[in-house]
Amino acid sequence: MTGISSAAPWIPLLILLPLMAGALSFLFGPRGHRSLLAATMTGIWFSLIRLILDFENAGLQHYPIGGWGAPLGIDLRADGLSLAMLGMTATVGSFISLYALGYFAGDENRGIRFWPLWWLLWGALNAVFLSADLFNLYVTLELLSLSAVGLVVLAGDRDSLAAGLRYLLAALAGSLAYLMGVALLYGAYGTLSLERMAGLFRPEPANTLAASLITVGLMLKTALFPLHFWLPPAHGSALAPVSALLSGLVIKASFYMLLRLWFEVFPSALTEVFTQGIGSLGAIAVFAGAWLAFHQEKLKMLIAWSTVTQVGYLFLTFPLAAASSTSAPAALSGGVYLAVSHAVAKAAVFLAAGAMLKVTDEDRIDRLEGVGRHLPISLFAFAMAGVSLMGLPPSGGFIAKWLLLNAALSSGQWWWAAVLVLGGLASAAYIFRVLRRCFLPPREYAAFHPVPLVMPLAALSLAGIALALGLAAAYPLRLLQTGAPLLLEASAPSTVAP
Amino acid sequence: MHVTVPTGTLGGGRKSGTVMIGGGLIYAMAGVVLFALGFYGFIVHAHLVRRLIAFNIMGSGVFLVLVGLPQRVAGTPPDRVSEALVLTGIVVAVSATAFGLALVRRLYDLTGETRLPNDPRPEP
Amino acid sequence: MSAVYGPIRQIAAALAWILGIGLSAAIVALSRPDFGLAELVEAHLEESGVRHPVTAVLLNYRGYDTLLEIAVLLLAVLGILAFRPPGPASIPDAAPDSSPVLAALSRLIVPLIVLAAGYLLWAGAHRPGGAFQAGAVLAGGGVLLRLTGTIPSFESPNAWLRVSLVVGLGVFLAVAALPLFEGSRLLEYRTAEAAMVILVVESALTVSIAAILATAFIGAAPPRIRCMSPSRPAHSAEGERAGQS
Repeated sequence: MTGISSAAPWIPLLILLPLMAGALSFLFGPRGHRSLLAATMTGIWFSLIRLILDFENAGLQHYPIGGWGAPLGIDLRADGLSLAMLGMTATVGSFISLYALGYFAGDENRGIRFWPLWWLLWGALNAVFLSADLFNLYVTLELLSLSAVGLVVLAGDRDSLAAGLRYLLAALAGSLAYLMGVALLYGAYGTLSLERMAGLFRPEPANTLAASLITVGLMLKTALFPLHFWLPPAHGSALAPVSALLSGLVIKASFYMLLRLWFEVFPSALTEVFTQGIGSLGAIAVFAGAWLAFHQEKLKMLIAWSTVTQVGYLFLTFPLAAASSTSAPAALSGGVYLAVSHAVAKAAVFLAAGAMLKVTDEDRIDRLEGVGRHLPISLFAFAMAGVSLMGLPPSGGFIAKWLLLNAALSSGQWWWAAVLVLGGLASAAYIFRVLRRCFLPPREYAAFHPVPLVMPLAALSLAGIALALGLAAAYPLRLLQTGAPLLLEASAPSTVAP
Repeated sequence: MHVTVPTGTLGGGRKSGTVMIGGGLIYAMAGVVLFALGFYGFIVHAHLVRRLIAFNIMGSGVFLVLVGLPQRVAGTPPDRVSEALVLTGIVVAVSATAFGLALVRRLYDLTGETRLPNDPRPEP
Repeated sequence: MSAVYGPIRQIAAALAWILGIGLSAAIVALSRPDFGLAELVEAHLEESGVRHPVTAVLLNYRGYDTLLEIAVLLLAVLGILAFRPPGPASIPDAAPDSSPVLAALSRLIVPLIVLAAGYLLWAGAHRPGGAFQAGAVLAGGGVLLRLTGTIPSFESPNAWLRVSLVVGLGVFLAVAALPLFEGSRLLEYRTAEAAMVILVVESALTVSIAAILATAFIGAAPPRIRCMSPSRPAHSAEGERAGQS
C-alpha cells in the first residue's frame, strides 16, 4: 500500500518515551515518579496528536528505521488501525496511571516495582501497534508478555505467583508457535517485512501451516476458547490496575496482530472452514464465559471471565469480514471498535472493582450489599461501563455490536447475529447480578478504608469515555477507515480450501 | 517459484529435480524434531523446571529451522540476517527462562510444590 | 520421567507426531525465495560501520530489534526483583559454597574473564563476538564471585547496580534518539559515525548484560538461607573457611 515516508519523530517517540521512562523510573525509584509520569504522558499525548494530524494530512505513514527500509531494515508504520490502537492505549493507560498513583499511595514497596514494569509494557504496546516487521513483532510480543507476567506476580501472594507462572508458560508457548510460523515464512520468501510478504504470499499448504502456527500462537495469547485457561486466574488474582491493563490492553495486542496478519498479509489463505471455525470458538467462548462469569463468587474473577466472553465476540470479526466484500468494512470496523470500547469499559470495571475491594476488604460478590452507599462514584462507574459491556445504547459497545450485526445480516449469516444478541443477554445476566447485590440495603462492613479520590474518578472517567464512544463514534470510525490497509484489501471473498 | 523435490542423498549430493539440497535442510529437519519433542515434553510434564527445559528445547528447534531453511539449497551463501535473528531469539529465550526459573524458585519457597496448583497430572 | 495421565500423554504424542510430520513436509515443500537479503547486507556493509555482517545486521540494519532485546533482558531482571518479599534478610548472608580451592581458582580466573570479555567486545566488529557474548562471559565471572562470597546478596540493588543495569538501555535509547534532533531518522548512522556509535553502544550493553545476568542469578535466591536438607545445615562464613567443601 502506498503512503508517505515520514521523517517526523512522532512515531519513534511513541516507543522511546515509555521505554526511557521505564529505565528512569527504575533508576530513581520512588523519587520523582510523579514528575516522570506527567512529563512522559505529556510527551506521549503530544506525539500521538501530532501523528494523527500528520495522518489526516498525508495519509499512511511509513517510518524506515535507520533510513534503511525494508527488506534490509525494520519499518514502522502508522495507519488508521494502528492509530486507533495507540489512542486506546494512551487513553486507558493514562487513566490507569492516575489510578495507580492513588492505589499505591500507601504501598510504596509495590509502587516502586510497578512503575518500571508498567512503562515497559506501555512501550511494548506502542511498539506492537507500530511495527511492520514479522520478527520485530515477535520481540515486542515477548516484551509485552514478560512485563505482563511481572505485573501479575507483583501482588506477591501464592495465587498470583501460580497464576503468573501459568500465564508465562502459555505466553512462551504462544510466542514459539508464532516464531516457528515466521521461520517458515522467512524460509519461503526471504523477507520479514509485512508489506513485502503480503505481495509474495501464496496460499500453498506449507504456507498455510505456517499461518496456522502463527494463528494458534496468537490465539493462545488472546485467550480464545479453548486456549483461555490461563486468563481467569491471572486477571482475577492480579492487583486491580494490573487486571485493568491485562484485560483492557494486553489481550488486544495479539488480536490486533491476528487482524493485521490475516487481512493484510495472508487474506488469500482465508477459508470458510477457518473463519466459521474460529467464529464458532468465539461463540462458545461467549456463552461458556458468560455462564462461568455468572457463577463466580469473587468479583474480580467474574470480571475476568467476562473478558473471556468479550474476546469471543472479537473473533466473530473473522467470519463476518471474510464472507463478502460488502460486509467486510462494517465487520472490521465493528471488531476494532469493540476491541477499543471493551478496553475502556473493562478497565473502568476493574478499576471500580478495585476501589470497592480496597475500601471494604471484601472480594466476594455476595458480601457487597449496599456498597453504593459508601462508594457511589465507583458503583456508578461500574454500572456505566457495564452498559457498554452489555452492548446497550448509548455506548461504544452498542455501536460495535450494531456494526457487527449489520455485517452479519448483510452477509446472510444470521446465526452470528443470534450469537451477538443472545450473548448480550448473557452478559447482562452477570452484570446485573453484581449490580443487584450492590443496591441491596447496606450492611455493616467490618472495614472501611477511604481511598484517594483519584481512584473512583479515574474509573468514572473511563466509563464516561465508554459512553462517549457511543455518542461520538463518527470521528473514530472515520479514522479507522481512512487509509486502513485492512479495508482496502479485505474484499477477499470466502475461498474453498485447496 | 521452484519446489524442491528431494530424491537422492542429502547434504549436497546428487541433483534432484531442479535444485541440489544443501546442508541446511538437515538442520531444519533436526529443528523440527526438537520442536516436536519439546512440545511433547512441555505438555506431558507437570514439573515446572522440566517444562521450562522443554520450552528451551522447542526454542532451539525453532532457531535451527530459522537458520537452516535459508540454507536448504546447496550453493546459497550463509544468511546473516537469520543468524542475527537467532542471536536475538536466544537472548529473549534466556531472559524468559531466567524469569521463569526465579518464579518457580519462589513458588517452591512459598508452597513447597514444583508444579502448578490444580494440575491434573499425577505426582511425578 | 514423571508418570502422567494416559489421555494427556496420548493426545500430546499424537499432536507432537502431527507437528513433526507436518512441519517436515512443509519444509520440503516450501517455495524458494527469489532473492536473498545476503546481497543487500554485503552491499551496504561499508556504510554500516563494522566489518562483520552479523554485527552489521544486529547493531545497524536491525538495531531496533537489539534495542528491544536489551529491554527484554532488563525486564526479566526487573520481574525477578519485583516479587522478592520486601524487608531485610533475616539471617546474615553466608556464601553458598566457599571451598578454598574455588576461592583460589576464582582469583586466577576472574581477571582472565574480564580480559576475555574485553576481547570479545572489541572483536565483535570484525569477527564473531560482540556485546552479548562479552556480557555473558562477564556475568559468568560475576556468578563465580557470588559463589565464593566476594559479592554478597542484597535485598535491593544499590545505586551503582541500578546504574549498571539500566545504562545499556539508556545509552542505546539516547543514541537512537540523537538523529531525531537533526532531522534524521531513528538510529540513522553511517560509516565513521556508525562505527563510533556502535562501539559506545556495545560497551554500555556489555556492562548492562553482565549486570543483568549476574543480578538475575543472585536476585533469584531467597534472601534467607534455608535448611535445604538435614545433611546440609545452614552454616556461617566462618564455618565454611574452616575447611569444609
